[in-house]
Amino acid sequence: MRGGARILRELVRRKGALLSLAFLAVLVLLAVFAVALGFDPVKQNILHSLEAPSRAYWFGTDELGRDILSRVVYGARTSLMTAGGAVVLAGVIGVPMGLVAGFFGGWRDAVLMRAVDVLLALPAILFALALIAVFGRSQGAAMLAVGITGIPGFARIVRAQVLSLRQRDFVVAVEAFGGSSGYSMFRTILPNSWNQILVQVVVLCSIAILLEAALAFLGVGVPPPTPSWGEMLRTGKSYLHEAPYYAILPGLALTLTILSFDTIGRSLTAILENEDAAVTRAEGVAS
Amino acid sequence: MSDPASGIVAEGAAEPLLSVRGLTVGFAGRGGVVPAVRGIDFDVMANEVLCIVGESGSGKSVTALALNGLLPATARMSGTIRLGQTRIDTAGEEALRAVRGREIGMIFQDPATTLNPLMVVGEQVTEGEVVRGDLARTDAPARAVELLEEVEIADAAGRAGQYPHQFSGGMRQRAVIAMAMAGRPRLIVADEPTTALDVTVQAQVLALLARRQAETGAAVILITHDLGVVAEVADRVAVMYAGRIVEIGPVDAIFANPRHPYTAALLQSIPRVDAADRRLDTIPGQPPLPGAFPSGCAFHPRCALGSARPRCAADDPALHPVGGTAAACHFAEETAPPRLPADPRQSREIAGATEAPLLSIENLEVHFPIRKGLLKRTVGHVRAVDGVSLVVRAGETVSIVGESGCGKTTTARAVMGLVKATAGTIEFEGDDITHKSSAALRAVRQRMQYVFQDPFSALNPVKPVEEIVAEPLRIHGLYDEVGGKQRIAELFDLVGLSKTMFGRYPREFSGGQKQRIGIARALGLAPRLLVLDEPVAALDVSIQAQILNLLEDLQNELGLAYLFIAHNLSVVRHISDRVAVMYLGRIVEESVKDDLYEGALHPYTQSLLSAAPVPDPTRRADRRRIVLAGEIPNPAAPPPGCSFHPRCGRASAVCSRDDPRKARFGDTRTLVACHHAGPLGEPVGQVAAGGVR
Repeated sequence: MRGGARILRELVRRKGALLSLAFLAVLVLLAVFAVALGFDPVKQNILHSLEAPSRAYWFGTDELGRDILSRVVYGARTSLMTAGGAVVLAGVIGVPMGLVAGFFGGWRDAVLMRAVDVLLALPAILFALALIAVFGRSQGAAMLAVGITGIPGFARIVRAQVLSLRQRDFVVAVEAFGGSSGYSMFRTILPNSWNQILVQVVVLCSIAILLEAALAFLGVGVPPPTPSWGEMLRTGKSYLHEAPYYAILPGLALTLTILSFDTIGRSLTAILENEDAAVTRAEGVAS
Repeated sequence: MSDPASGIVAEGAAEPLLSVRGLTVGFAGRGGVVPAVRGIDFDVMANEVLCIVGESGSGKSVTALALNGLLPATARMSGTIRLGQTRIDTAGEEALRAVRGREIGMIFQDPATTLNPLMVVGEQVTEGEVVRGDLARTDAPARAVELLEEVEIADAAGRAGQYPHQFSGGMRQRAVIAMAMAGRPRLIVADEPTTALDVTVQAQVLALLARRQAETGAAVILITHDLGVVAEVADRVAVMYAGRIVEIGPVDAIFANPRHPYTAALLQSIPRVDAADRRLDTIPGQPPLPGAFPSGCAFHPRCALGSARPRCAADDPALHPVGGTAAACHFAEETAPPRLPADPRQSREIAGATEAPLLSIENLEVHFPIRKGLLKRTVGHVRAVDGVSLVVRAGETVSIVGESGCGKTTTARAVMGLVKATAGTIEFEGDDITHKSSAALRAVRQRMQYVFQDPFSALNPVKPVEEIVAEPLRIHGLYDEVGGKQRIAELFDLVGLSKTMFGRYPREFSGGQKQRIGIARALGLAPRLLVLDEPVAALDVSIQAQILNLLEDLQNELGLAYLFIAHNLSVVRHISDRVAVMYLGRIVEESVKDDLYEGALHPYTQSLLSAAPVPDPTRRADRRRIVLAGEIPNPAAPPPGCSFHPRCGRASAVCSRDDPRKARFGDTRTLVACHHAGPLGEPVGQVAAGGVR
């Protein structure tokens, strides 16, 4: 993708975005190589329960003597996988919905957009609770809930993008030299929409992680013993006096992750707006 | 700095009204300051019209902003600007406010964005005076009507209470002129004031500007890229290139005997409405953009005189008097005088009427429904195209010319099947394609291609240009069959681009190059007909000539037929074999090019031709101009009878009743739709509505 490298360069120029990218990169690496690095989130050492951070246990231990650092690292896995799954689900359904609605208009637009309105009216957390009530506690349920409530975001952004691109001459040109509707949508309009979609991906990631944590905090998230930041917050809050690190450190991980996604999202928006302005300026100068 | 007496000043002049010395403007960017204006000197006398001409990036608009103290915060300016005794360059915000409106009036290019959409026009034209305290708020409404009457707005009292969106484009620009003139400023700076307007409206606005200038004795600085407009209105002309004035002098001297090679080349490169049988001389290359100005004389890489001379690449020449003007050229004496006509253009034999037409349009109608309300009921129709018949034969160029909203682009798009025809038939190669499905149209589209007006939006920004040109071939599954990359390289070569550019993206190309890419893409499928929708309207003058010549060469080489859509009468005369004039969705006159231009029969064609500015100041005095009253009516509610009759000088009772049919006039080659058709000058009815100037 043409703009990818340039946008990354622009991101790296911004201090906040650079820090956020670095943090997320470390988090992802830790999550991916958690097993290889020897983190063990389930090994209990009851003699060392609720210990403060030490050389042996950098983040301290929980009430069963498990290493909190290992659990935070495995919690990142849970969070990132939920977010990834939800974004893929929402994107795979939402993006084509937006393309079709915007491109064809008429009854297809009406039907699809009313469906989007219905989804939009569902509060994500209630919807997730309902799903869990039906299917039981599982990572899949959280993923499904966030994914489905994320569909409207993609559908609406892509639809708006299609409506504005559809009037542009290069889209009309494809029609003029005989390209099919599918070609116009997926080969011409979609590649010109990646930037907007990328922003939405980042936004949805942060929403998904927060929602997953919220469900776990309510005790309906990923079933134990799989570690989850929300779950750790929930148990940790009972030991706030004896072992404040227990709740604070997973909370910090959660906060920093969401802050990073949001910072990147905001920087992306700013970069893309600048680019649009630059393109408009260039066209203005030359005409 | 050069001697101020060296032709920068008007002859025999007293104290100049405006005096600019050593004006330099740059814009602070990431890589330092990018120069936009690089040391210019000029004076403007009271009651004088100075035109500043130049292409994109020449610094003409930046100069206009500097004169008014309106440069953005990133601008770095030096030099002096003196208006009478006031120093503008050093004036504070407070002093500038006193100068603006009272001393300097500003007219911008686009009247649609100059006016505040939420404020009634009457209030806006007096706003400046009220804010400055020159006018009591209670007197404002009466003054507004007075001002609007001065700029010839009909029913000024009623119009004063309306919002800008209720005004047409020409009326908005009148209102802007009223606003600029309200404080009776001594200097008016107009930045491309007529570029956004149609040619008949442009003629009205230029006439108005000239009249108001004469009445108030103000000096006018008019910034434009249109040499025709310059020849019409200027007393003196300053030609800008790459941030410098390269030549300045009286309008007659500039046009008759330009001393700077750029001025001379520019005059040679424009098509003229009064002479078409020559090939355009182009200026090679692109006008440079700020930040990439060449060393020495900035014009030397494109210059016929200086391209091989080391002195031109090393020294930037100062402006010095040569002949009747002042030019900034080391070898100004060598500049060849403009020659007209230049190389004769290859004339083509137009195929006889016996041959079956390539494209045949019969009574084409395209109506767009106007829907209103909750239930989207159709309350009326915009008759964009209302009964157009036209034939294009193989290898010929047929142009449709008309003002905005006349339906020329809609006609072109209907031919391409991009909009649905409401009625009528379109036949291509004897095959009725009017109601074909898009799948069936695919085959037709191989032999009929479209070139867009705006090269900036016609190319997919996320694809490399090689892919863009290959796209039609890939869509039709012909890419490998026709030779793949080899064929793309041929196409690039055909339009004068190098295949070393393959991997680049559209944003890295200039407007002219993008248009070449658009043409290469259209040629890929080896079409027989190209539908060209204003292909040069968005381009600089020197680039426009390159593209027009390219189109001519391609036609000779490949035997293409062109359906050429344009509003520029000079361009149309240059490129066409036959011309059809459209007004309000219909063709009012159609003929062989020279017959139409030399002996137009329809009053609309006649006024259109008379309104087109001719880049020749010596013709100014003997031009007979028919200034049309009013503007194009709303195509949703066209006038009854002949739709032109409310603006027509020859209209009689029958015109408002009966719609004239298009018919051959006498034994001419012209088809015309008018009850009173006839050559100009014959006493057919009276010339009333606009009057002859």
